[in-house]
Amino acid sequence: MSTPITFSRRNFIRTSSIASGGLLIGFNLLQSCKPKVVAEPEIDLASLDYQDFNAFIKIADNGAVTIFSPNPEIGQGVKTSMPMIIAEELDVAWDMVHVEQGVLDTKNYTRQLAGGSQSIRTGWDALRKTGATAKQMLVNAAAARWGVDASECSVSEGIITNAAGAQLGYGELVAEAAAMEVPEDVVLKEPKDYKIIGTDVGNVDIDKITSGKPLFGMDYKAEGMVYASVLRPPAFGQELVSFDASEAKAIPGVIDVITIGDKARSYLEKGGNWTVRLSTSDKVVVLANSTWEAFKGKKAIKATWTAATPLESTELHDKKLLELLDGNKFQTLRSDGNVKKAFAQADEVLERTYESPFLPHNCMEPMNFYADITDDKIHLVGPIQTPEFAAIAVADLLERDVEDIHLEMTRMGGGFGRRLYSDFVLEASEISDKIKKPVKMVSSREDDMTTGVYRPAIKYRIAAAVKGGKITGYHLKEAAINGNMYGLIPNFFPAGAIENYQVDAANYQSNITVGAWRAPYTNFLAFAEQSFFDELAEMISVDPIQLRLDLLQNVKGTTDERIQYSAERMEDVIKLAVEKSDWGNKPEGTYQGFVSYYCHNTHVAEVADVVIENGQPVVKKVTCAVDCGILVNRLGALNQIEGGVVDGTGHAMYGDFAFNDGKPEAQNFDRYRLIRMKEAPLVETHFVKNTIAPTGLGEPTLPPAGGAIANAIKAATGNRLQNQPFSKYPELLRAPKKEIIG
Amino acid sequence: MPTYTVTVNGKSQTVDASEDTPMLWVLRDHLNMVGTKFGCGIAQCGACTIHLDGNAVRSCQLTIAQVSDKEITTIEGLSEDGSHPVQQAWKEVDVPQCGYCQAGQMMTASAFLNKNANPDETDIKNAMHGNICRCGSYNRIYKAVAIAADKMNS
Repeated sequence: MSTPITFSRRNFIRTSSIASGGLLIGFNLLQSCKPKVVAEPEIDLASLDYQDFNAFIKIADNGAVTIFSPNPEIGQGVKTSMPMIIAEELDVAWDMVHVEQGVLDTKNYTRQLAGGSQSIRTGWDALRKTGATAKQMLVNAAAARWGVDASECSVSEGIITNAAGAQLGYGELVAEAAAMEVPEDVVLKEPKDYKIIGTDVGNVDIDKITSGKPLFGMDYKAEGMVYASVLRPPAFGQELVSFDASEAKAIPGVIDVITIGDKARSYLEKGGNWTVRLSTSDKVVVLANSTWEAFKGKKAIKATWTAATPLESTELHDKKLLELLDGNKFQTLRSDGNVKKAFAQADEVLERTYESPFLPHNCMEPMNFYADITDDKIHLVGPIQTPEFAAIAVADLLERDVEDIHLEMTRMGGGFGRRLYSDFVLEASEISDKIKKPVKMVSSREDDMTTGVYRPAIKYRIAAAVKGGKITGYHLKEAAINGNMYGLIPNFFPAGAIENYQVDAANYQSNITVGAWRAPYTNFLAFAEQSFFDELAEMISVDPIQLRLDLLQNVKGTTDERIQYSAERMEDVIKLAVEKSDWGNKPEGTYQGFVSYYCHNTHVAEVADVVIENGQPVVKKVTCAVDCGILVNRLGALNQIEGGVVDGTGHAMYGDFAFNDGKPEAQNFDRYRLIRMKEAPLVETHFVKNTIAPTGLGEPTLPPAGGAIANAIKAATGNRLQNQPFSKYPELLRAPKKEIIG
Repeated sequence: MPTYTVTVNGKSQTVDASEDTPMLWVLRDHLNMVGTKFGCGIAQCGACTIHLDGNAVRSCQLTIAQVSDKEITTIEGLSEDGSHPVQQAWKEVDVPQCGYCQAGQMMTASAFLNKNANPDETDIKNAMHGNICRCGSYNRIYKAVAIAADKMNS
């Protein structure tokens, strides 16, 4: 049906006919995101096989446009913002656009992944070219019909106008456009001409969300489906010895009790892939007619476990990580100049240690997945941030061809990095493969919180050498459970700004599974470093913001390609935050703390305002200055920024997750405190306006929040917080007695 | 398994379920009304909030045997066409990020506003305290509740 043709750097697909007899045209664009574009003449939309033609723009003969959004939606807003970019260049009115979620389609898309705040940054060029190419083909079709040159035609909101004033709508041209050559080069709009990009566009799923329509993996149902609840080892390190399912099987609605694990073990022996975090233990699976019956059945299983590897505790981890910081088993990730010499020659040295616990992701929608494994096909549906890698993992697990897999991504009730890992997809698949029935695996909150993939517990030791009032050396050491820092992180600020600079990392290998957690690698690092800068400024009697600005001067003009933050863009957000937060001019009783930070390609400065209420510091407001380049969807951007700040505030204040005998102390929200409305600061956002290509916002405002708050709490109470969560140190969260304030 | 008759969004429905089945799962698995969400199962997060005779309750803690002849309203029944002032306000403010907790937030807000038509900031924050939004959309939820209050008064 389709003939791929190599075409410049693009793959071109022309489809001359489809099952319903219409004419379709599609082409795939470029590296990061390659949607097909389909002009669709006189076809009943409902008659199309969407699974065959998933990755495209569809234009109906009435001019209505359907855009398939390629990337998974976890609440970061790409299901709205990515189609906006296509619609802008296609030049259609946004209210004519209908958006649908694309399925996993590795032939037509790449990087169908939600992670790293990268969807918009890496999709920007391809999404624009997709829209612009379709527009040009429609214009060429109009020009051909009129017998004029395409350059004489202009377009606005799906209407093409020629020099004589004649007009044609996109819908009238779809058949002819389909026969046009695909233009190799297209002209993209100038930012000043944008009509959709930069405006306030509401969430495309808002009507469904506000009326309770099925959207999420949890909501997915299929004919003949059974529910599965999985009993996993209650402690990390344990494995199943035996179990008694007689009581569980007696519960009405429980269909059967089985075990899984053989396939998982064989697969793990072959190495898995980076999304796989699986226990080697057998697991007991209760199959039932409903979720509740499956949960009840799981509780009724009497299982015996053995410790295959030692059961670990937070006490042990604290000891091991501090030993690592004191020792010399580091891997050096960046080294400039001679740190040892700088410290030996220093007039003054500041050294501080910062500590953080594990953190669970706690997506509001617990882990779940639907799998229907038959000899002919593998049908998977559910919430996954890495559909491509999950599909590969399932194919390898079941020793099947990845081509057999049809994977549909549902809207996700949060991701935060947890759904990068495919353990629940693999479990659902192993169950369905074993029972030869469609199955929906559903985790309870307790399952979710206690068998997670956690942000590792991390400790930092940071030291600075000062000579003649200047910072001459900076040495950061990280000790983390199973490792944390990697890639370009050691090259973040103040790398490049201090002559003698070194970043070292060490890790303690634990049997507790860890992984990416919103703003991985920096979500605690930013707090540690930005708290340290303030303390350093105090030691050398420099204004804390001036200290950062002075250091930034040293980075200007750097030729070090590892340094991706921009001193100039950082200065811009700092200046904007100072101005908009009324820095230094607050009335008595309001205390401010400052952070400027770069991560996930976005520059951010935040100022926290803290007041004392009932003798305790309370975060009232956080002012954010953000440079994310061109704003794609202002309304969505503001939501991400607000959410990042509130999330960063909540976990810095309350996020605590300790282990005893391999088990998390908290199993549900009664013992794990998440931030609530009363505790959330008001977030006020200001954007640096420029026309630089856009960067993501799902993560960058989270890491600075904790540091800004800690710096403000220091101003309010005189107490310096070095460990998270702050709520664990009530003695530091007290206003000083009057005489100390002076 | 016993048979129960429950009235959900004005419609009488018959369900075969064991007596300890929470209404959350009756709604989701038996009646195929999946708007009411499972978050924690222990009344800590508010995602499963529904109205029982107009009061906001956690459906994960309400068994089908306890419902008897009381009227249940879910997010699907807040209005027929998305026109309830709370729904309008949620759309106006564009509250959701992931959206999973929002049905529960809206059911808490709508029951609260029915009882307190002129809430101040503290009233709203107290009323919404039992509902967690993991994405941290609290600024917008607050704003939407305040706007919905105005709408209900006008």
